[in-house]
Amino acid sequence: MAEVNITVDGKKVTAPAGTLLIEACKGAGIEVPSFCYYPNLSLQGACRMCLVKIEKMPKLQTACTTVISEGMSVTTDTEEVHQARKSMVEMLLGNHPLDCPVCDAGGECELQDMTFSYGAAESKYIDAKNHKEEQQWSPVVYFDRPRCILCYRCVRVCGEGMDVWALGVQNRGVSSIIAPNQDDHLECEECGMCIDICPVGALTSGAYRYKTRPWEMKHVGTTCTHCADGCKTTLGVRRCDTGMEIVRGDNRDKSGINGDFLCIKGRYAFDFAHHEERLTQPLIRKDGRLTPATWEEAFELIGKRFAEVRGKHGGQAIGVVGSTRTTNEDNYLLQKFARVVLGTNNIDHHRTADFPALAAALSGKPEMTASMRDVFHAPAMLLIGNNPTEQHPLLAWQMRNNVRLHRARLYVVNSQPIKLRRQAASFSQIPAGGEGKLAAFLAGDDSAVDALLNEKTTRDSCIALREKLRGEANLVIIFGSEIRGNNITSVVKFASAIPGAKVLCLADYANSRGAADMGLYPDLLPGYHRVTDAGKFHEEWGGVPEARGLTFPEMVESAKAGALRACYLVGANPIGRFGIDPYAFSHSFVVVQDMFLTETAVMADVVLPAANAYEKSGTFTNTCGDLQLVKKAGEVTGTKSDFEMIVRIADAMGFDLRKLVPFGRGAHFDMGQSRGAQSGEADRHAVWLQAQGLEPQMSPFDPMAILDEIQRLVPGYDVSRMNLLAGNEQHTTLAGSGTGALQNPELIVPAQDDLFSSGTLGRYSRTLNSVIENHHKESAETDVAAD
Amino acid sequence: MKFSDQFEQRFTEMLTHYPTKRSVLVPTLLFAQDEIGFLSDEVIHELAGRLDLTDLEVRNVISYYSMLTTKPRGKFNVQVCTNIACMLRGADELFEHCEKKLGIGHKGTTPDGLFSLEEVECIGACSWAPAAQVNYDFHENLTPDKMDRVLDEYKKKGTQ
Ligand code: SF4
Ligand code: SF4
Ligand code: SF4
Ligand code: FES
Ligand code: FES
Repeated sequence: MAEVNITVDGKKVTAPAGTLLIEACKGAGIEVPSFCYYPNLSLQGACRMCLVKIEKMPKLQTACTTVISEGMSVTTDTEEVHQARKSMVEMLLGNHPLDCPVCDAGGECELQDMTFSYGAAESKYIDAKNHKEEQQWSPVVYFDRPRCILCYRCVRVCGEGMDVWALGVQNRGVSSIIAPNQDDHLECEECGMCIDICPVGALTSGAYRYKTRPWEMKHVGTTCTHCADGCKTTLGVRRCDTGMEIVRGDNRDKSGINGDFLCIKGRYAFDFAHHEERLTQPLIRKDGRLTPATWEEAFELIGKRFAEVRGKHGGQAIGVVGSTRTTNEDNYLLQKFARVVLGTNNIDHHRTADFPALAAALSGKPEMTASMRDVFHAPAMLLIGNNPTEQHPLLAWQMRNNVRLHRARLYVVNSQPIKLRRQAASFSQIPAGGEGKLAAFLAGDDSAVDALLNEKTTRDSCIALREKLRGEANLVIIFGSEIRGNNITSVVKFASAIPGAKVLCLADYANSRGAADMGLYPDLLPGYHRVTDAGKFHEEWGGVPEARGLTFPEMVESAKAGALRACYLVGANPIGRFGIDPYAFSHSFVVVQDMFLTETAVMADVVLPAANAYEKSGTFTNTCGDLQLVKKAGEVTGTKSDFEMIVRIADAMGFDLRKLVPFGRGAHFDMGQSRGAQSGEADRHAVWLQAQGLEPQMSPFDPMAILDEIQRLVPGYDVSRMNLLAGNEQHTTLAGSGTGALQNPELIVPAQDDLFSSGTLGRYSRTLNSVIENHHKESAETDVAAD
Repeated sequence: MKFSDQFEQRFTEMLTHYPTKRSVLVPTLLFAQDEIGFLSDEVIHELAGRLDLTDLEVRNVISYYSMLTTKPRGKFNVQVCTNIACMLRGADELFEHCEKKLGIGHKGTTPDGLFSLEEVECIGACSWAPAAQVNYDFHENLTPDKMDRVLDEYKKKGTQ
């Protein structure tokens, strides 16, 4: 794009043609204040805060609606401009309640900041303020009308960004008010975007309002633990009786793949962490009852029993189930523990997508997996199956906004009229279960088209769609778990014929992809290497059992038959999630690590209280393969990380921990004491070592030690440690993976979560439950009304 | 929801006048209001559906225009201008007179449903101030006496 030269405050500024003056100024480090302007939303020109002087123009101009033109000469810092802005603030304050001392936004309020900068604290107005009580619009959204400065950001983000259109403006001029779609309440997706985008404290959240002040919290940037999209979220934590309580979630700094987006789960559903049913003591079954015990007692018992079973019956008598919400380090360690310490390949997890088939289809191909960022920038997208609005809110946001802001073409094929069809250039409704046939048809099997036809979809429209797609370049093909096994091969085959095309396979949980990549499979090692072809893992670990292990359903059968004598479940609740006979494991010695007494935990012999992903460090891999850092934010006394517990159990079994976790190798470093780093000063040497992945891992409980090993041994994970630590996502590729292996498609059980549910976690989130209740109440009411 | 054939005809015709569907909203609202008397929830829902808008968006537009109303009004809507030219020539007295005569205040409706009263901004008849508008008809150079005659006339029309 052509460059345009302008002068701002005597400074030469160059920006691409079409740039808004306010952005050009920002780019040059000159701040122009604004309330109504918000990047990527339609222009409003409502607040007049951004007034600047442009030479040859008679009056002051709004920088947020002015497009730069060659030779434009702008001044942003004259007395006139200053005065104009000051009077804008003064007018806004005319009816503003000035309850800053109790307002949630206090300390982070743009109106406060402006008043501070322009000093319009004195008012010429003496009229009484127009008061209105605070209103609750939903379990999540509260509105304090007098605080509203009518910038309309909330209205635009809800409509344009979320495609929900739940907020509107009623009346006009000074009597304008923001109104919810249902008269006195909201019926919406409860994302909280409107709340976080509000420059003042007019919209506040049920989760955070009147709880604390921004400066009383510590802010930790980590990754959301709910769906598989991997939003970055900044958690505000505060010390409390039981450790560190998470009081807020947002991503206002717009870092990460999600910018300022978060759905209700990432923004508010952290409250499961402080649910009163949280386990904080190990429990051991004594005389038939789970009884509180000490950690030492618990580890000793587990160590003894696991060693016994392994000694007497061999590794095949032990089963291990991992989690899709524990970190990569936890998962890697768990499967290594199973294979090396327990001597078994009996390891599995709740599978929600067929990654082994994807790895197999991509093996030997150049890099062609799409990242979450690609979805925002691709010129064209094809979505097969799934309903991202409900199951992948960030992905849906990326797709929607790619269409809106970049005019990308979206092709949707689904058995339901899903909401994203509203952004679609073409929407094809096919019979339920036809997704696999579509993949085959795309890959060239014309006979598959018969399974796609119904009154809405014809043979010709299918052919036309395929032709259109073939004509696209850099197409991103996104598919849900409806596409498995050979159908994935078909999709990849189709994609390979399109220049620059990429694929994206959708799984359901925060670290579903990580669990798969880290080898929580009975037949696959980390990086989709077959157990029969263990290669470097053999060397590194000193032997890997070669026989393929049992899948989870096979473990259940084996337990029922009395052959599976011990079972170790880490963060998994298969009895609750799959509806398995709870007595299936009654003859086995069962150890469960979890946050709550789940349906699975109640039948265990030992239950260990686990920390969740907001309470530990490590990494997550989202469904696209974007690797991100997980940082410890909250803390609940009496829990331990899964990582530490696995290590402790290995220790209790008498295993040499150095063979499990590569820590303390050659640890003769100068730890910084003599390098003159003063308190509060960054130890640059340590920072450098850390960034290079060279810092000494001093303890067997340090997940970073396992990350070292993952980066060394798992193909695709050798990404920049420095970028990772800086909080940036790093796309891992499947290109160099092992060969994968065909899995039984029935082993994939979709989570069936929607916008307001989140598996076992969701059941312990008060926010999610109150929203679900509220929505039920509403639909019950409308049902009655409809009768 | 059923509108008259004339409404439907106008609506269909109007759709061809604008590049986007939603643009016909304002005139359509006026037609609907003329026909039904006010913009009921049912009307709002129907029009929103036809124009691919949410009910809320339709309400936003209605609330912006003071000529549009979501509440039933009298058969004759008496709008007395009290803006500057009319004010200088006695509009306030005129308005008060109407209030007394009809026994209702600003935005009120008589119990028989015949009259509503409203104080409005300039209706563009300043040269003949003070002026009032009853539905779509203008009455100019008004005095309380003249206003009485005007109102009586309507009353007669309405009770015939
Ligand atoms: S919470 Fe989200 S969906 Fe609901 S009104 Fe706010 S922006 Fe719209
Ligand atoms: S509620 Fe907040 S975001 Fe919405 S218009 Fe008012 S000040 Fe702006
Ligand atoms: S979209 Fe997914 S990752 Fe993002 S906040 Fe929501 S649940 Fe978390
Ligand atoms: S920021 Fe320009 S008018 Fe509001
Ligand atoms: S001021 Fe009354 S008509 Fe203009």
